[in-house]
Amino acid sequence: METILGIDYPTLWFLVVGLLFSGYAILEGFDYGAGAWHLFFKEDLSRRIAINAVGPLWDANQVWLIIGGGALFAGFPVMYATMLSVMYIPFMLFLILLVLRSSAIKFRSAEKMIWWRKTWDVIYFISNTLIAFLLGVVVGNVLQGFELGENFSYKGGIFFAFLSPYSIMVGFTTLSIFMTQGAIFLLLKTEGRLHAKLTFLLKRGMIFFIISFAITSLYTLIFIPGVTDNFKEQPIFFVLPILSFLAVANVPRLVSKKKYAKALVFSSLTMAFLLMLVAFQLYPVLLPSTINPDFSVTIYNAASSQKSLGIMLTIVAIGAPLLAGYFLFLYKTFNGKVTLDDTSY
Amino acid sequence: MEVEILARIQFAFTVAFHYIYPPLSIGIGLIMVIMEGLYLKTGNKQYEVLTRFWLQIFAITFGIGVATGIIMEFEFGTNWAVYSKYVGDIFGSALAAEGLFAFGLESTFLGILIFGWNRVSPKVHFISTIGVFLGSMFSAVWIVVANSWQQTPAGYHIVGEGFNARAEVTDFWEMVFNPSSVDRIIHVWQGAFLAGAFLVLSVHAYYLLKGRYIEISKKAFKIALVIATVVSFSQLVSGHSSADGVSKNQPAKLAAMEGHYEKSAPADLYLFGWVDNESQEVTGLGLPGGLSFLVHQDFEAPITGLNAFPKEDRPSQVNAVFQFYHIMISIGMFLIALTFYASFLWWKGKLFDSKWLLRIFAFSVLLPQIANQTGWFAAEMGRQPWIVYGHLRTSEGFSQEVSANQILFSLILFFVVYSLLFLLFMYSLNKKIKHGPYQEKKNELEII
Repeated sequence: METILGIDYPTLWFLVVGLLFSGYAILEGFDYGAGAWHLFFKEDLSRRIAINAVGPLWDANQVWLIIGGGALFAGFPVMYATMLSVMYIPFMLFLILLVLRSSAIKFRSAEKMIWWRKTWDVIYFISNTLIAFLLGVVVGNVLQGFELGENFSYKGGIFFAFLSPYSIMVGFTTLSIFMTQGAIFLLLKTEGRLHAKLTFLLKRGMIFFIISFAITSLYTLIFIPGVTDNFKEQPIFFVLPILSFLAVANVPRLVSKKKYAKALVFSSLTMAFLLMLVAFQLYPVLLPSTINPDFSVTIYNAASSQKSLGIMLTIVAIGAPLLAGYFLFLYKTFNGKVTLDDTSY
Repeated sequence: MEVEILARIQFAFTVAFHYIYPPLSIGIGLIMVIMEGLYLKTGNKQYEVLTRFWLQIFAITFGIGVATGIIMEFEFGTNWAVYSKYVGDIFGSALAAEGLFAFGLESTFLGILIFGWNRVSPKVHFISTIGVFLGSMFSAVWIVVANSWQQTPAGYHIVGEGFNARAEVTDFWEMVFNPSSVDRIIHVWQGAFLAGAFLVLSVHAYYLLKGRYIEISKKAFKIALVIATVVSFSQLVSGHSSADGVSKNQPAKLAAMEGHYEKSAPADLYLFGWVDNESQEVTGLGLPGGLSFLVHQDFEAPITGLNAFPKEDRPSQVNAVFQFYHIMISIGMFLIALTFYASFLWWKGKLFDSKWLLRIFAFSVLLPQIANQTGWFAAEMGRQPWIVYGHLRTSEGFSQEVSANQILFSLILFFVVYSLLFLLFMYSLNKKIKHGPYQEKKNELEII
């Protein structure tokens, strides 16, 4: 098997996918999170400012989902096909909600009628909240494993099997961390009364996050078998849970000092560390089978050919710096507080 | 069987709906680049007004294109899991390249394009416009490459057997430049230019008929007419080249397009007709030996007919393929006649004199749209029963884990949400057109 720096191609691609999903979680985390606060703002102007805070950025942030999905399809077609077809209902809901969410952003402020705006506000709020929740539900399902038989054939329930108590808990945790991220992002983008209101909301958000995080962590350690196996083998990686705990603890501290930019960095790091935890705990498995570990989807039996992975690593090596450049330019252009003009949503 | 049919209906519905928007974005993108370029070159404010006006329409179109496009990306996995595993090794790298090189470019610069007027210099804004336009062109490249590979696979080998069989890439560039991709990319690009150009022609013809915004409408109309004239003609050339490729690589599809059954005989070229798949006869008006002439420059040359293939290896919906193909061709011919006549009048200095011509232009916005849709329907239905030509059947490609009820559920959701989306699109398009290109100066309060 070919390697770069002693790391085989499937592992490298696993890291690429992990990086893309982290980027997606961090960036769309504040987009969805900001939207999940939407109905907590009472005035029309506040709601408009909140939408325009993500206005020029969300389309670009969504690129991470598209590239992440593409990377999964390209590098681990078996994983992509199995996960999406087994989790059919949550993914279909997720996709439809994405369409509703982007329609809400585009059309909400296009009319002045109160009923029009209020309807879109509700759609925007619900779609953001449910998208965040569903993403967590999918992660919860992956951690729990699926009833996969031979040749990755699915033996489990069809319609509502994805809503297990554990996956619901992970769903709420994801929602809470996105809401924390979203509130901090909005604090950076707003001033005056909305800003004051957000400092109050952020505290509620962090409490919501810490409670659901603690419950989910405990539940994971107690009820999910084999979570700690990889850590026992490679004790050095105990640094991951410690780092994520430190990052979590640092967020309220920075918020209380009103250092919101740093707080955003640390809540982003929290997400990155948590995803690394998930990745490390799974590796080299992608979708665990609850029937027999031999039936699990792993990075090796799901991977594309060496040739194909090599081509895609080249594509990433060329494309990633370009994309980073575009993003720097975009975020630099729209740095600072939201100002509304006639091009705003 | 039921799952297969529902999965196909859902895919056809979502992809056909999606395909209304990206061609419009590409076409309007080209015209915006020209308009903004003229503004920077001449300093004429009218071009700026035009750019800003079309940018608003571009933004809505692009937005719906992205939203419905994400669904396509994931639908391969949800509904076509077996197919996804089969082609992932090949299709995946095209998709990854699309995301990174094309979509990354267009989506990041879109923010600057729409909201950046007051934040970046006019030159940087122009560069962003070009970036978005090129991004949308690249997107088309990678998506069409992937689809073309399904039509004419190249640069691969098949590994494994039965359930574990899949195609693996052996030569990336051979895969990218498979026998049909270049012809089809050009054909798709040009179809997109026509979609955009005819929307611009239609809106400004409407203004001219109403006597509104006459001066700028004449400018915009002329820009779009140049594109429409050149492209509708070159589309004929690329269409011919594409059909030539089909005759070599997918003879069953070509035979279905003209309803040609006999194993090996000279084939006719129909202007219109009706195919009876039972009696294997075509009733219609055609040029005897015309297809033979187009392919071999000889009216007597034999063309491989449908009967040369076993029944299970050739398209069964022959009449549908025939009709879709002929609708596309007829529209193409009509657009050539229309644009050449208009250009002739322009040369005579009488372009804007005839009201009825403007009226035709106002309505002809639908024609490239219909041609784009029917063209794809002919290409995809003509490929049946294969999902990967010659290797994997459509009936083997769908997800085994998904039930008919699940697909029905999502299909209904798509239908409801897409109908709403379409109404919103038409409503806001109509509103923008009625409102016109000029922004009244708003005061602070009104912006809110």
